[in-house]
Amino acid sequence: MKARVTVTLKTGILDPQGKAIEGALKSLGVDGVASVRQGKVFDIELAAADKAKAEAALKEAADKLLANTVIENYRVELLG
Amino acid sequence: MKAAILVFPGINRERDMARALRLISGHEPAMVWHAETSLPSGTDLVVVPGGFSYGDYLRCGAIAARAPVMDAVRDYAAKGGLVLGVCNGFQILCESGLLPGVLMRNARLKFICHDVHLRVERSDTPFTRGYNAGQVIRVPVAHGEGNYEADEETIKRLEGEGRVLYRYCSADGVVDEAHNINGAAHSIAGIVNDKGNVLGMMPHPENHVEDIMGCTDGRGLFAGLAQHLEKAA
Repeated sequence: MKARVTVTLKTGILDPQGKAIEGALKSLGVDGVASVRQGKVFDIELAAADKAKAEAALKEAADKLLANTVIENYRVELLG
Repeated sequence: MKAAILVFPGINRERDMARALRLISGHEPAMVWHAETSLPSGTDLVVVPGGFSYGDYLRCGAIAARAPVMDAVRDYAAKGGLVLGVCNGFQILCESGLLPGVLMRNARLKFICHDVHLRVERSDTPFTRGYNAGQVIRVPVAHGEGNYEADEETIKRLEGEGRVLYRYCSADGVVDEAHNINGAAHSIAGIVNDKGNVLGMMPHPENHVEDIMGCTDGRGLFAGLAQHLEKAA
């Protein structure tokens, strides 16, 4: 089973990398960019076929390692 | 002093740390590989040195913080054992949950590598007893992610409980935004945990311990630790 874990910075956490990208997009003349926040995407292949088990494993992975929940949120998606 | 220096792949300041400890305490520290599940018996100081463990992959210190040896360090710290984390070591301690908060990318995005001044906030701790409260010391920093941040309540508690031991300042001890090199909350350079036995700091005191380094201001930290441990023994 394929899955995706997306990790993003919590609201209010300063994201200087996102700011730099935002500035670069503006200097490239890309119109209408209000703001940019940078995050991370993990594409994961799971051995389990059971949906509930897969979700539990992904949640454990995110809590234990993929995200630092002091500053980051995460979202788990099963892609089938 | 029976110090144990943790060694992770990608760490590169462990020898500087070993040299400083040997020089000041007169005892040879043990080098402990990250895959170990226990610390050498009789260890009275664990040092998590600086460098770039696991190439800073994922987040600085994130992977090292989950190494087998860190379980032993957590047990040791829970029993009151002294732990010192410098630079990447500070990041590892935060990621492992031994210290609160997180080290974010420097506010102005630059890797900062030069000497800074630190104000020692109090002298009644094992990590600062080699200095006077309010003393200004000069030590180097070398980091891209040293901007200490935590939620408001944590910062309030750190300040209220006197757990900020080192702060970035000017040469004459003024703490202001102009000398807050990386944008850290309250100019925080080093903090201790709630029990006061785990210190994390971004600057490198181990790199200012000999005349040939141009400054010996870092000696006080190690001399104070040695003194504290001698007294306890």
